[in-house]
Amino acid sequence: MKRYPGHDLDAAGIPSVRRRMVTAIVAFGLFAVAALVMAPLVGPTRLDFARVFDWSIPFRDNVDAQIFFVARLPRALAGALVGAALASAGVVFQALLRNPLATPFTLGVSAGAALGAMLAITFPASLHLAGIPAVPVASFFGAVGAVGIVYALASARHHGLSTEVLLLAGVTLNSFFSALILFVQYLADFSQTLRTVRWLMGDLDVAGYGPILAALPLTVVGLAAFAWLPRSLNLLALGTDAAASRGVDVLRTQRVAFFSASLVTGAAVSLGGPIGFIGIVVPHLVRLMVGADHRIVLPASALFGAAFLVVCDVGARTLLSPLELPVGIITAMIGGPFFLWLLVRRS
Amino acid sequence: MLQADNISFVWQQAPAARRRDAPDAEAGIHGVSLRIGSRSLVGILGPNGSGKTTLLRVLAGILQPARGRVLLDDIDLRALPRARLARRIAVVPQETHLAFDYSVLEVALMGRYPHLGAFELEGPEDLAIARDALRATGTDHLERRAFSTLSGGEKQRVIIASALAQAADVMLLDEPTASLDIGYQIGIANLLARLHEDRGITIVIATHDLNFAAGLCDSLVLVRAGRVLESGPTSEVLTGDAIERLYGVEAEVTYHERARHLTVVPLRKLAARGTTARTGPS
Repeated sequence: MKRYPGHDLDAAGIPSVRRRMVTAIVAFGLFAVAALVMAPLVGPTRLDFARVFDWSIPFRDNVDAQIFFVARLPRALAGALVGAALASAGVVFQALLRNPLATPFTLGVSAGAALGAMLAITFPASLHLAGIPAVPVASFFGAVGAVGIVYALASARHHGLSTEVLLLAGVTLNSFFSALILFVQYLADFSQTLRTVRWLMGDLDVAGYGPILAALPLTVVGLAAFAWLPRSLNLLALGTDAAASRGVDVLRTQRVAFFSASLVTGAAVSLGGPIGFIGIVVPHLVRLMVGADHRIVLPASALFGAAFLVVCDVGARTLLSPLELPVGIITAMIGGPFFLWLLVRRS
Repeated sequence: MLQADNISFVWQQAPAARRRDAPDAEAGIHGVSLRIGSRSLVGILGPNGSGKTTLLRVLAGILQPARGRVLLDDIDLRALPRARLARRIAVVPQETHLAFDYSVLEVALMGRYPHLGAFELEGPEDLAIARDALRATGTDHLERRAFSTLSGGEKQRVIIASALAQAADVMLLDEPTASLDIGYQIGIANLLARLHEDRGITIVIATHDLNFAAGLCDSLVLVRAGRVLESGPTSEVLTGDAIERLYGVEAEVTYHERARHLTVVPLRKLAARGTTARTGPS
C-alpha cells in the first residue's frame, strides 16, 4: 500500500494543508537560497567566502567579490529565474492538459521562440531595435505568435477551450516550426548556424544583470497569476464536468493557466533558450515528495526548479572545466532517461 | 424542486471533435420539460445517443440550454452564481480518471470547493464533513490510499463521497454502475437508497441498467432521440410496451416477489425498429 504524506491534524486542529505548505516552502526555499549563494563560489578560480562578503575591502580592490557579483552571480540568478519559471509553468501545463507528461514546450511556445531567435540571428539587419538586444525580443515575440495560433485553434468551434485540440495543435506546431527553423538555418552562414545551434542548446551565460531585469517583470506577472490557480487546478484533475459542477469557472481557469504559463515560459526561453526537461523532471520529483495538491506542488516546484537549475549549471560550468557547457546539455542528459523511467513506471 | 422548462440543446461542432469521454453527449435534446420533485429518486432511461447525458449536464447547469430554462426552486440556473449552484446540485460523472495521484481524503475534500473562498484552506469543519461523507459511502478506511490504487467500485464510492461533501440537496449521477460487477451494483444501489432516505437528497440517475432503475427509482423518465417519451411512477411507466418503443426490444416485465420490484427480462431485438436515436420516431 502506497502511503501519502500529510493529512494528520495536529493537536491544535490546524489544517494539515497549511502545515504542509509552510514546511514545503521553507524547505525548498532554503535549498534555493543555499544553491544561489553557494553556486557562485564554485568555479575555476577559488573564492574565499569570508572575503567575498567582507565589506571593509573596497569593491574595486576585492577580486573575490568582483568575480562573485559581476561574473558568477548573474548566471546563478538567471538559472534561478529560468528554473523557477520553467518548473512552475510545467506544473500548470500538466494540470491544464490533464497530462503529467506535458512540458512547458509541449504547446509550441519554445518552437515559436526558437524561430524568432533564429530569424534575429540570421537576419540581424532587419531587427535593429533601438538598443534592445534583438534575439531575446524576437524569441519572445515568436513565443507569443505560437501561443496565439494554438489558442485560436483550440477555442474555435468549441464550447470553451478544447485541451485535446490544444495538445494536438501544439505538437503539430512544434514540428512545423522545426521545419521553418531548418529552412532558416539552411539560408544562414556558418557562424550564424553555430550561434543558432548554441542558442538551441539552452545556455545561462548571461552578460550582467540587464537580461535578467528584462525578463523579470513578465515572469513576475505570470507567477503572480499562478497564485490564483492551484485550487482550481486540483479540481480540473477530476475532469472538466466534475470541476464545473463543484463551482470552478473552468474556462476562466484554463485561460489564466494557458496564458500565464505561456508568458512565463516565453520570458524564460528568451533569457536562457529552450532548456529542456526542467519543466517535467522538477514537478515529478516534487510530487513524489509532497503529494499531488497543487497548492503545495506549485510553489515547491518553483523553488526546487530554481535550485535544481542553479545546481545543474554549476555542473555545466565545472564538469569539463575550463570548458563551460551549455546547461541545456546537462538537463537533457538527466531529463531524457528520467522521462523514459516515468513512462515505464506509469504504464 | 428541479424543473426543466421546454429545454433544447444541440451540439454544433463537427462529429470528429465531439467529446470522446461522453458518448451520449453528442445527442442533443429537443423541447424537454420535466419536474423533479424534492426528495424524489428519478431514473432517466434511454438508448445510446438518446441525449441522457446531455440532459443531465443541462440539468446540472454545466451546459446552457439553447432554448428554455432550468429552474431550481423557481430560480433560473443561469441567475445562480457558480458556487451557490454547486452548493445545491452535485454531479457524479460516469467515470473518473484522476490526472494526478490524489489521496482519497483529498478527493473527498474537493467537494468543499464551493464552500471556501478563493484563498481559503479547508478547516476542521470541512475535514469533518469530508470524513463523514467517506463514512457514509463506506470508504473511510481508504482515506490515506491513493485514488488510482482503488478498484472501480471503490472509486465510484469515493467520487460519490466527494459529491456528498458538497452538501448539496440534489445529486445527479451519470451511469453510476456502468463498469461495475453485480456486487458493486447492488452496493451502489443500497448506498443511493440510504442517502436518499437518511439525508433526503433528491437523486437523478441516468442509466442503461433497467433492473437497477426498477429497484431503486420511484419514478422514471424515458428519453428517446432527445425527447421525453414518457415519465411517471416506475410502476406505471416501466412496461413491455415502453421498452419496445424505447429500445426496439421485446421484453417481459414482471413483479418479482423476492426482489420486491419490477424486473425486466429482454427477449429479442425487433428487426423493424432500429435503436438508432436519430432515425427514430419523434
